[in-house]
Amino acid sequence: MHVDEHGPPRPASLVQQFKRGLAAPICLTWELTYACNLQCIHCLSASGRRDPRELSTAEAMSVVDELERMQVFYANIGGGEPTLRPDFWDLVDYSVAHHVGIKFSTNGVRLDKAIAERLAQTDYVDVQISIDGATAEVNDAVRGRGSFAMALRAMDNLAEAGFGEFKISMVVTRQNVAQLDAFKQIADGHGARLRVTRLRPSGRAADSWDDLRPTAEQQRRLYDWLVDRPDVLTGDSFFHLSALGAPLPGLNLCGAGRVVCLIDPVGDVYACPFVLHDEFRAGNVREPGGFTRLWRESPLLLRLREPAAAGACASCGMFDACQGGCMAAKFFTGLPLDGPDPECVLGHGERELAKVCLPDRPQAGPGHSRRSPGRRDPVFVPLGRIPVRAAS
Amino acid sequence: MAFDLQRAYRLNPAVTLRPEPFGALVYHFGNRRLSFLKTPQLVTVVRLLESQDSAADALEAAGVPASQHARYAAALAALADSEVIDAR
Repeated sequence: MHVDEHGPPRPASLVQQFKRGLAAPICLTWELTYACNLQCIHCLSASGRRDPRELSTAEAMSVVDELERMQVFYANIGGGEPTLRPDFWDLVDYSVAHHVGIKFSTNGVRLDKAIAERLAQTDYVDVQISIDGATAEVNDAVRGRGSFAMALRAMDNLAEAGFGEFKISMVVTRQNVAQLDAFKQIADGHGARLRVTRLRPSGRAADSWDDLRPTAEQQRRLYDWLVDRPDVLTGDSFFHLSALGAPLPGLNLCGAGRVVCLIDPVGDVYACPFVLHDEFRAGNVREPGGFTRLWRESPLLLRLREPAAAGACASCGMFDACQGGCMAAKFFTGLPLDGPDPECVLGHGERELAKVCLPDRPQAGPGHSRRSPGRRDPVFVPLGRIPVRAAS
Repeated sequence: MAFDLQRAYRLNPAVTLRPEPFGALVYHFGNRRLSFLKTPQLVTVVRLLESQDSAADALEAAGVPASQHARYAAALAALADSEVIDAR
Protein backbone atom coordinates (compact mmCIF):
# COMPACT_ATOMS: atom_id res chain seq x y z
CA MET A 1 0.00 0.00 0.00
CA HIS A 2 1.14 3.54 -0.60
CA VAL A 3 1.76 5.58 2.52
CA ASP A 4 2.90 9.12 3.15
CA GLU A 5 4.68 9.94 6.35
CA HIS A 6 4.41 13.38 7.89
CA GLY A 7 6.34 14.73 10.80
CA PRO A 8 9.70 15.33 12.36
CA PRO A 9 12.00 12.39 13.12
CA ARG A 10 10.49 10.06 15.69
CA PRO A 11 11.70 7.39 18.05
CA ALA A 12 10.77 4.33 15.97
CA SER A 13 10.24 3.93 12.25
CA LEU A 14 6.74 3.46 10.94
CA VAL A 15 7.54 -0.14 10.02
CA GLN A 16 8.61 -0.78 13.61
CA GLN A 17 5.35 0.75 14.81
CA PHE A 18 3.38 -1.39 12.39
CA LYS A 19 5.05 -4.53 13.70
CA ARG A 20 3.57 -3.78 17.11
CA GLY A 21 0.11 -3.59 15.63
CA LEU A 22 -2.34 -0.75 15.06
CA ALA A 23 -5.51 0.24 16.95
CA ALA A 24 -7.50 -1.27 14.08
CA PRO A 25 -6.56 -2.98 10.81
CA ILE A 26 -5.81 -0.87 7.75
CA CYS A 27 -6.09 -3.78 5.37
CA LEU A 28 -9.16 -5.74 6.33
CA THR A 29 -10.37 -8.44 3.97
CA TRP A 30 -13.94 -9.53 4.47
CA GLU A 31 -15.19 -12.51 2.54
CA LEU A 32 -18.96 -12.32 2.37
CA THR A 33 -19.81 -15.77 1.06
CA TYR A 34 -18.27 -19.10 0.15
CA ALA A 35 -20.70 -19.36 -2.77
CA CYS A 36 -19.04 -19.02 -6.13
CA ASN A 37 -20.02 -19.58 -9.74
CA LEU A 38 -16.39 -20.50 -10.48
CA GLN A 39 -14.10 -23.14 -8.99
CA CYS A 40 -10.66 -21.64 -9.57
CA ILE A 41 -7.97 -24.21 -8.92
CA HIS A 42 -5.94 -21.77 -6.80
CA CYS A 43 -8.83 -20.37 -4.70
CA LEU A 44 -7.40 -19.27 -1.33
CA SER A 45 -10.67 -19.92 0.46
CA ALA A 46 -11.55 -23.15 -1.40
CA SER A 47 -14.91 -21.56 -2.24
CA GLY A 48 -17.80 -23.06 -4.15
CA ARG A 49 -20.79 -23.74 -1.93
CA ARG A 50 -22.48 -21.27 0.38
CA ASP A 51 -22.09 -22.15 4.07
CA PRO A 52 -25.40 -22.23 5.98
CA ARG A 53 -23.68 -20.52 8.92
CA GLU A 54 -22.80 -17.41 6.90
CA LEU A 55 -23.48 -14.07 8.61
CA SER A 56 -27.02 -12.80 8.13
CA THR A 57 -27.68 -9.34 6.74
CA ALA A 58 -28.25 -7.99 10.26
CA GLU A 59 -25.06 -9.61 11.56
CA ALA A 60 -23.04 -8.27 8.63
CA MET A 61 -24.44 -4.79 9.25
CA SER A 62 -23.45 -4.98 12.89
CA VAL A 63 -19.90 -5.83 11.78
CA VAL A 64 -20.01 -2.68 9.62
CA ASP A 65 -21.12 -0.71 12.72
CA GLU A 66 -18.07 -2.02 14.55
CA LEU A 67 -15.76 -1.15 11.68
CA GLU A 68 -17.19 2.38 11.68
CA ARG A 69 -16.57 2.73 15.43
CA MET A 70 -13.02 1.39 15.04
CA GLN A 71 -12.45 3.77 12.12
CA VAL A 72 -11.60 1.07 9.64
CA PHE A 73 -11.87 3.33 6.63
CA TYR A 74 -12.47 0.67 4.03
CA ALA A 75 -12.90 -3.06 3.69
CA ASN A 76 -11.67 -5.29 0.90
CA ILE A 77 -14.68 -7.42 0.11
CA GLY A 78 -14.28 -10.81 -1.48
CA GLY A 79 -15.51 -14.37 -1.31
CA GLY A 80 -16.44 -16.67 -2.95
CA GLU A 81 -18.14 -14.35 -5.34
CA PRO A 82 -19.50 -11.59 -3.07
CA THR A 83 -22.03 -10.28 -5.59
CA LEU A 84 -23.91 -13.60 -5.40
CA ARG A 85 -25.15 -12.63 -1.94
CA PRO A 86 -28.72 -11.43 -2.47
CA ASP A 87 -28.09 -8.60 0.02
CA PHE A 88 -24.73 -7.59 -1.52
CA TRP A 89 -25.82 -4.16 -2.78
CA ASP A 90 -27.67 -3.43 0.47
CA LEU A 91 -24.47 -4.17 2.39
CA VAL A 92 -22.45 -1.95 0.06
CA ASP A 93 -24.91 0.92 0.53
CA TYR A 94 -25.00 0.39 4.29
CA SER A 95 -21.20 0.39 4.56
CA VAL A 96 -20.75 3.50 2.48
CA ALA A 97 -23.43 5.30 4.51
CA HIS A 98 -21.45 4.31 7.63
CA HIS A 99 -18.11 5.64 6.37
CA VAL A 100 -16.66 2.25 5.57
CA GLY A 101 -15.56 2.41 1.94
CA ILE A 102 -15.87 -0.77 -0.08
CA LYS A 103 -13.33 -2.28 -2.43
CA PHE A 104 -14.79 -5.44 -3.82
CA SER A 105 -13.28 -8.24 -5.85
CA THR A 106 -15.43 -9.98 -8.41
CA ASN A 107 -15.15 -12.36 -11.33
CA GLY A 108 -17.62 -10.07 -13.09
CA VAL A 109 -20.61 -12.39 -13.10
CA ARG A 110 -23.11 -9.75 -11.98
CA LEU A 111 -21.44 -6.74 -13.55
CA ASP A 112 -23.85 -5.95 -16.36
CA LYS A 113 -24.35 -2.50 -17.88
CA ALA A 114 -26.96 -1.41 -15.33
CA ILE A 115 -24.78 -2.37 -12.34
CA ALA A 116 -21.75 -0.72 -13.93
CA GLU A 117 -23.68 2.52 -14.33
CA ARG A 118 -24.88 2.36 -10.76
CA LEU A 119 -21.33 1.77 -9.51
CA ALA A 120 -20.04 4.67 -11.58
CA GLN A 121 -22.36 6.93 -9.57
CA THR A 122 -21.37 5.65 -6.13
CA ASP A 123 -18.53 7.22 -4.15
CA TYR A 124 -16.29 5.16 -1.90
CA VAL A 125 -16.74 2.01 -3.94
CA ASP A 126 -13.82 0.46 -5.79
CA VAL A 127 -14.08 -2.58 -8.02
CA GLN A 128 -11.45 -5.17 -8.75
CA ILE A 129 -11.95 -7.73 -11.50
CA SER A 130 -9.93 -10.93 -11.33
CA ILE A 131 -8.35 -12.67 -14.30
CA ASP A 132 -5.44 -15.09 -14.26
CA GLY A 133 -4.53 -15.08 -17.92
CA ALA A 134 -4.34 -12.37 -20.56
CA THR A 135 -5.94 -14.83 -22.99
CA ALA A 136 -8.96 -17.07 -22.58
CA GLU A 137 -6.77 -20.14 -22.98
CA VAL A 138 -4.43 -19.36 -20.08
CA ASN A 139 -7.13 -17.80 -17.87
CA ASP A 140 -9.80 -20.46 -18.30
CA ALA A 141 -7.36 -23.27 -17.49
CA VAL A 142 -7.27 -21.88 -13.94
CA ARG A 143 -10.64 -20.15 -13.55
CA GLY A 144 -12.93 -22.25 -15.71
CA ARG A 145 -14.40 -22.17 -19.20
CA GLY A 146 -16.04 -18.89 -20.15
CA SER A 147 -14.57 -16.97 -17.21
CA PHE A 148 -12.25 -14.82 -19.34
CA ALA A 149 -15.06 -13.63 -21.62
CA MET A 150 -17.22 -12.94 -18.55
CA ALA A 151 -14.50 -10.82 -16.89
CA LEU A 152 -13.77 -8.92 -20.09
CA ARG A 153 -17.45 -8.10 -20.51
CA ALA A 154 -17.52 -6.70 -16.97
CA MET A 155 -14.44 -4.58 -17.71
CA ASP A 156 -16.03 -3.25 -20.90
CA ASN A 157 -19.19 -2.39 -18.96
CA LEU A 158 -17.25 -0.45 -16.30
CA ALA A 159 -15.21 1.41 -18.90
CA GLU A 160 -18.31 2.30 -20.93
CA ALA A 161 -20.17 3.48 -17.83
CA GLY A 162 -17.29 5.86 -17.06
CA PHE A 163 -16.51 4.24 -13.73
CA GLY A 164 -12.95 5.58 -13.87
CA GLU A 165 -9.97 3.70 -12.59
CA PHE A 166 -11.02 0.25 -11.47
CA LYS A 167 -8.52 -2.52 -10.73
CA ILE A 168 -7.68 -5.66 -12.64
CA SER A 169 -6.15 -8.25 -10.39
CA MET A 170 -4.08 -11.26 -11.40
CA VAL A 171 -2.17 -13.91 -9.52
CA VAL A 172 1.23 -14.61 -11.05
CA THR A 173 1.67 -18.21 -12.19
CA ARG A 174 4.22 -20.14 -14.19
CA GLN A 175 1.74 -20.15 -17.07
CA ASN A 176 0.81 -16.45 -17.15
CA VAL A 177 4.02 -14.69 -16.12
CA ALA A 178 5.04 -14.31 -19.77
CA GLN A 179 1.78 -12.38 -20.36
CA LEU A 180 2.48 -9.55 -17.89
CA ASP A 181 2.77 -6.98 -20.66
CA ALA A 182 -0.50 -8.18 -22.16
CA PHE A 183 -2.23 -7.89 -18.76
CA LYS A 184 -0.93 -4.33 -18.54
CA GLN A 185 -2.34 -3.61 -22.00
CA ILE A 186 -5.76 -4.91 -20.99
CA ALA A 187 -5.68 -2.64 -17.93
CA ASP A 188 -4.46 0.40 -19.87
CA GLY A 189 -7.06 -0.22 -22.57
CA HIS A 190 -9.84 -0.03 -19.96
CA GLY A 191 -8.45 2.93 -18.01
CA ALA A 192 -7.85 0.46 -15.19
CA ARG A 193 -4.95 -0.18 -12.84
CA LEU A 194 -3.20 -3.55 -12.84
CA ARG A 195 -2.72 -5.35 -9.57
CA VAL A 196 -0.33 -8.28 -9.46
CA THR A 197 -0.35 -10.65 -6.51
CA ARG A 198 1.52 -13.66 -5.31
CA LEU A 199 0.23 -17.23 -5.53
CA ARG A 200 -0.03 -18.70 -2.04
CA PRO A 201 -0.31 -22.43 -1.33
CA SER A 202 -3.58 -21.91 0.60
CA GLY A 203 -7.07 -23.31 0.08
CA ARG A 204 -7.28 -25.21 -3.21
CA ALA A 205 -3.87 -23.77 -4.14
CA ALA A 206 -2.38 -26.14 -1.56
CA ASP A 207 -2.95 -28.79 -4.22
CA SER A 208 -2.12 -26.74 -7.31
CA TRP A 209 0.82 -24.70 -5.99
CA ASP A 210 3.51 -27.06 -7.23
CA ASP A 211 2.11 -26.88 -10.78
CA LEU A 212 1.31 -23.16 -10.84
CA ARG A 213 4.10 -21.45 -8.94
CA PRO A 214 6.59 -19.42 -10.99
CA THR A 215 10.12 -20.75 -11.35
CA ALA A 216 13.08 -19.02 -9.70
CA GLU A 217 14.07 -17.53 -13.07
CA GLN A 218 10.50 -16.24 -13.58
CA GLN A 219 10.55 -14.65 -10.12
CA ARG A 220 13.69 -12.72 -11.04
CA ARG A 221 12.08 -11.47 -14.24
CA LEU A 222 8.93 -10.58 -12.33
CA TYR A 223 10.98 -8.55 -9.85
CA ASP A 224 12.65 -6.59 -12.69
CA TRP A 225 9.29 -6.04 -14.35
CA LEU A 226 7.76 -4.68 -11.13
CA VAL A 227 10.75 -2.43 -10.40
CA ASP A 228 10.32 -0.85 -13.85
CA ARG A 229 6.57 -0.34 -13.32
CA PRO A 230 5.93 1.38 -9.98
CA ASP A 231 2.37 2.17 -11.11
CA VAL A 232 1.46 -1.52 -10.97
CA LEU A 233 -0.10 -2.36 -7.60
CA THR A 234 1.17 -5.40 -5.70
CA GLY A 235 -0.60 -5.23 -2.33
CA ASP A 236 2.94 -5.56 -0.95
CA SER A 237 2.70 -9.26 -1.67
CA PHE A 238 6.19 -9.69 -3.16
CA PHE A 239 8.31 -8.51 -0.28
CA HIS A 240 10.16 -11.83 -0.36
CA LEU A 241 11.59 -10.66 -3.71
CA SER A 242 13.13 -7.57 -2.12
CA ALA A 243 16.23 -9.66 -1.42
CA LEU A 244 16.94 -9.46 -5.19
CA GLY A 245 17.89 -5.78 -4.99
CA ALA A 246 16.24 -2.56 -3.94
CA PRO A 247 13.03 -3.12 -1.95
CA LEU A 248 9.82 -2.96 -3.97
CA PRO A 249 7.60 0.04 -3.11
CA GLY A 250 5.29 -0.38 -0.11
CA LEU A 251 5.57 -1.80 3.35
CA ASN A 252 8.03 -4.65 3.27
CA LEU A 253 6.67 -6.68 6.13
CA CYS A 254 4.18 -9.38 6.97
CA GLY A 255 1.16 -7.48 8.22
CA ALA A 256 -0.71 -10.53 9.54
CA GLY A 257 -2.53 -9.63 12.75
CA ARG A 258 -0.68 -6.31 12.86
CA VAL A 259 -2.26 -4.22 10.13
CA VAL A 260 -3.98 -7.00 8.19
CA CYS A 261 -6.69 -9.50 8.99
CA LEU A 262 -9.56 -11.45 7.49
CA ILE A 263 -13.19 -12.02 8.41
CA ASP A 264 -14.56 -15.09 6.66
CA PRO A 265 -18.19 -15.63 5.60
CA VAL A 266 -19.17 -17.39 8.84
CA GLY A 267 -17.59 -14.62 10.94
CA ASP A 268 -14.34 -16.38 11.78
CA VAL A 269 -11.41 -13.98 12.10
CA TYR A 270 -8.03 -15.06 10.75
CA ALA A 271 -4.67 -13.33 10.96
CA CYS A 272 -4.51 -12.81 7.20
CA PRO A 273 -6.42 -13.78 4.03
CA PHE A 274 -3.94 -16.55 3.25
CA VAL A 275 -4.15 -18.58 6.46
CA LEU A 276 -7.66 -19.97 6.70
CA HIS A 277 -6.60 -22.64 9.14
CA ASP A 278 -7.49 -23.26 12.81
CA GLU A 279 -3.97 -22.43 13.86
CA PHE A 280 -4.45 -18.82 12.73
CA ARG A 281 -8.07 -18.39 13.75
CA ALA A 282 -8.48 -15.66 16.37
CA GLY A 283 -12.17 -16.28 17.08
CA ASN A 284 -15.58 -15.36 15.70
CA VAL A 285 -17.28 -11.97 15.40
CA ARG A 286 -20.41 -13.49 17.00
CA GLU A 287 -18.55 -13.91 20.32
CA PRO A 288 -19.08 -11.30 23.07
CA GLY A 289 -17.07 -8.18 22.28
CA GLY A 290 -17.21 -8.95 18.57
CA PHE A 291 -14.47 -8.15 16.11
CA THR A 292 -13.21 -5.23 18.23
CA ARG A 293 -12.36 -7.44 21.16
CA LEU A 294 -10.67 -10.04 18.96
CA TRP A 295 -8.50 -7.40 17.30
CA ARG A 296 -7.48 -5.96 20.66
CA GLU A 297 -7.28 -9.04 22.88
CA SER A 298 -6.97 -12.24 20.86
CA PRO A 299 -3.91 -14.10 22.21
CA LEU A 300 -3.09 -15.21 18.66
CA LEU A 301 -3.05 -11.67 17.25
CA LEU A 302 -1.15 -10.32 20.28
CA ARG A 303 1.47 -13.02 19.77
CA LEU A 304 1.87 -12.08 16.10
CA ARG A 305 2.64 -8.50 17.19
CA GLU A 306 5.58 -9.57 19.32
CA PRO A 307 9.07 -9.36 17.81
CA ALA A 308 9.64 -12.47 15.70
CA ALA A 309 12.88 -14.40 15.86
CA ALA A 310 14.75 -14.67 12.56
CA GLY A 311 15.43 -18.34 13.30
CA ALA A 312 17.24 -20.13 10.53
CA CYS A 313 17.36 -16.83 8.59
CA ALA A 314 19.26 -15.00 11.37
CA SER A 315 22.64 -15.55 9.74
CA CYS A 316 21.44 -14.43 6.28
CA GLY A 317 22.49 -10.93 5.26
CA MET A 318 19.23 -10.43 3.36
CA PHE A 319 16.86 -10.92 6.30
CA ASP A 320 16.28 -7.19 6.71
CA ALA A 321 15.16 -7.03 3.07
CA CYS A 322 12.81 -10.00 2.91
CA GLN A 323 11.88 -10.45 6.60
CA GLY A 324 11.83 -14.19 6.07
CA GLY A 325 8.96 -13.92 3.61
CA CYS A 326 5.33 -14.99 3.90
CA MET A 327 4.05 -16.81 6.98
CA ALA A 328 1.23 -18.49 5.05
CA ALA A 329 3.53 -19.75 2.30
CA LYS A 330 5.76 -21.35 4.92
CA PHE A 331 2.91 -22.78 6.95
CA PHE A 332 1.08 -24.52 4.12
CA THR A 333 4.25 -25.98 2.64
CA GLY A 334 5.17 -27.48 6.01
CA LEU A 335 8.17 -25.21 6.61
CA PRO A 336 9.04 -23.75 10.04
CA LEU A 337 7.64 -20.23 10.47
CA ASP A 338 11.00 -18.91 11.64
CA GLY A 339 12.86 -20.15 8.56
CA PRO A 340 13.03 -19.19 4.91
CA ASP A 341 10.08 -18.64 2.59
CA PRO A 342 9.60 -21.62 0.24
CA GLU A 343 10.34 -19.23 -2.64
CA CYS A 344 13.36 -17.60 -0.96
CA VAL A 345 15.29 -15.98 -3.82
CA LEU A 346 18.56 -17.33 -2.46
CA GLY A 347 17.26 -20.89 -2.77
CA HIS A 348 17.19 -21.61 0.99
CA GLY A 349 13.48 -22.43 0.78
CA GLU A 350 13.95 -25.01 -1.97
CA ARG A 351 16.48 -26.83 0.19
CA GLU A 352 14.07 -26.85 3.12
CA LEU A 353 11.17 -27.95 0.92
CA ALA A 354 13.16 -30.97 -0.20
CA LYS A 355 13.16 -32.16 3.43
CA VAL A 356 9.38 -31.97 3.86
CA CYS A 357 7.30 -35.01 2.97
CA LEU A 358 4.04 -34.06 1.27
CA PRO A 359 1.89 -35.73 3.98
CA ASP A 360 3.57 -33.44 6.55
CA ARG A 361 1.99 -30.37 4.99
CA PRO A 362 -0.90 -29.03 7.10
CA GLN A 363 -4.32 -30.07 5.91
CA ALA A 364 -6.39 -27.11 4.85
CA GLY A 365 -9.67 -28.69 5.98
CA PRO A 366 -12.59 -29.62 3.76
CA GLY A 367 -13.21 -26.08 2.50
CA HIS A 368 -16.32 -25.29 0.49
CA SER A 369 -15.44 -26.85 -2.85
CA ARG A 370 -18.35 -28.40 -4.65
CA ARG A 371 -18.57 -32.15 -4.38
CA SER A 372 -18.65 -32.63 -8.12
CA PRO A 373 -16.68 -35.23 -10.01
CA GLY A 374 -13.15 -34.08 -10.70
CA ARG A 375 -13.44 -31.21 -8.25
CA ARG A 376 -9.86 -30.16 -8.83
CA ASP A 377 -10.67 -29.25 -12.40
CA PRO A 378 -12.08 -25.86 -13.27
CA VAL A 379 -15.79 -26.17 -13.89
CA PHE A 380 -18.08 -23.56 -15.35
CA VAL A 381 -21.42 -23.73 -13.60
CA PRO A 382 -24.51 -22.03 -15.00
CA LEU A 383 -26.22 -19.62 -12.65
CA GLY A 384 -29.83 -20.73 -12.96
CA ARG A 385 -30.42 -21.60 -9.33
CA ILE A 386 -28.86 -18.57 -7.68
CA PRO A 387 -31.37 -15.90 -6.67
CA VAL A 388 -31.00 -12.77 -8.74
CA ARG A 389 -31.82 -9.42 -7.24
CA ALA A 390 -32.84 -6.81 -9.76
CA ALA A 391 -30.59 -3.78 -9.84
CA SER A 392 -32.51 -0.93 -8.33
CA MET B 1 4.57 26.11 -2.58
CA ALA B 2 5.80 27.90 0.54
CA PHE B 3 3.72 27.29 3.63
CA ASP B 4 2.43 30.44 5.29
CA LEU B 5 2.52 29.99 9.06
CA GLN B 6 0.58 33.24 9.50
CA ARG B 7 -2.51 31.92 7.71
CA ALA B 8 -5.42 30.08 9.28
CA TYR B 9 -5.94 26.42 8.35
CA ARG B 10 -8.32 23.59 9.08
CA LEU B 11 -8.51 19.84 8.69
CA ASN B 12 -10.06 19.03 5.30
CA PRO B 13 -13.70 17.99 5.95
CA ALA B 14 -13.15 14.79 3.91
CA VAL B 15 -10.32 13.74 6.24
CA THR B 16 -10.55 11.64 9.38
CA LEU B 17 -7.84 11.10 11.99
CA ARG B 18 -7.59 7.79 13.81
CA PRO B 19 -5.52 7.87 17.00
CA GLU B 20 -2.62 5.40 17.04
CA PRO B 21 0.18 4.82 19.56
CA PHE B 22 2.67 6.67 17.35
CA GLY B 23 0.36 9.59 16.46
CA ALA B 24 -2.51 9.14 14.04
CA LEU B 25 -3.59 7.52 10.86
CA VAL B 26 -5.04 9.93 8.31
CA TYR B 27 -7.61 8.91 5.74
CA HIS B 28 -8.86 11.15 2.97
CA PHE B 29 -12.26 9.88 1.87
CA GLY B 30 -12.07 12.01 -1.28
CA ASN B 31 -8.81 10.86 -2.83
CA ARG B 32 -8.69 7.65 -0.71
CA ARG B 33 -5.15 8.25 0.38
CA LEU B 34 -3.86 6.91 3.62
CA SER B 35 -1.10 8.74 5.44
CA PHE B 36 0.35 9.03 8.91
CA LEU B 37 1.06 11.70 11.48
CA LYS B 38 4.15 10.35 13.13
CA THR B 39 4.14 12.17 16.45
CA PRO B 40 1.38 12.86 18.99
CA GLN B 41 2.44 16.51 19.03
CA LEU B 42 1.82 16.85 15.28
CA VAL B 43 -1.64 15.39 15.85
CA THR B 44 -2.27 18.03 18.51
CA VAL B 45 -1.13 20.78 16.14
CA VAL B 46 -3.37 19.53 13.32
CA ARG B 47 -6.38 19.29 15.63
CA LEU B 48 -5.77 22.83 16.93
CA LEU B 49 -5.58 24.44 13.47
CA GLU B 50 -9.32 24.98 13.23
CA SER B 51 -9.61 26.94 16.46
CA GLN B 52 -6.48 29.05 16.09
CA ASP B 53 -6.06 32.22 14.06
CA SER B 54 -2.92 30.97 12.38
CA ALA B 55 -0.77 27.88 12.03
CA ALA B 56 1.88 29.65 14.14
CA ASP B 57 -0.68 30.07 16.93
CA ALA B 58 -1.50 26.38 16.72
CA LEU B 59 2.19 25.51 17.14
CA GLU B 60 2.35 27.80 20.19
CA ALA B 61 -0.82 26.35 21.67
CA ALA B 62 0.50 22.81 21.18
CA GLY B 63 3.68 23.75 23.02
CA VAL B 64 6.03 23.19 20.07
CA PRO B 65 9.35 24.89 20.90
CA ALA B 66 10.29 27.78 18.57
CA SER B 67 13.42 25.88 17.51
CA GLN B 68 11.18 23.23 15.90
CA HIS B 69 8.76 25.55 14.13
CA ALA B 70 10.59 25.26 10.81
CA ARG B 71 10.38 21.46 10.88
CA TYR B 72 6.71 21.54 11.74
CA ALA B 73 6.10 24.09 8.99
CA ALA B 74 7.63 21.60 6.53
CA ALA B 75 5.35 18.82 7.82
CA LEU B 76 2.30 21.11 7.57
CA ALA B 77 3.30 22.15 4.04
CA ALA B 78 3.32 18.47 3.01
CA LEU B 79 -0.10 18.01 4.62
CA ALA B 80 -1.44 21.02 2.71
CA ASP B 81 -0.02 19.64 -0.56
CA SER B 82 -1.79 16.32 -0.01
CA GLU B 83 -5.04 18.15 0.88
CA VAL B 84 -5.14 16.85 4.44
CA ILE B 85 -5.34 20.45 5.66
CA ASP B 86 -6.65 23.53 3.81
CA ALA B 87 -6.21 27.24 4.24
CA ARG B 88 -9.45 28.79 5.47
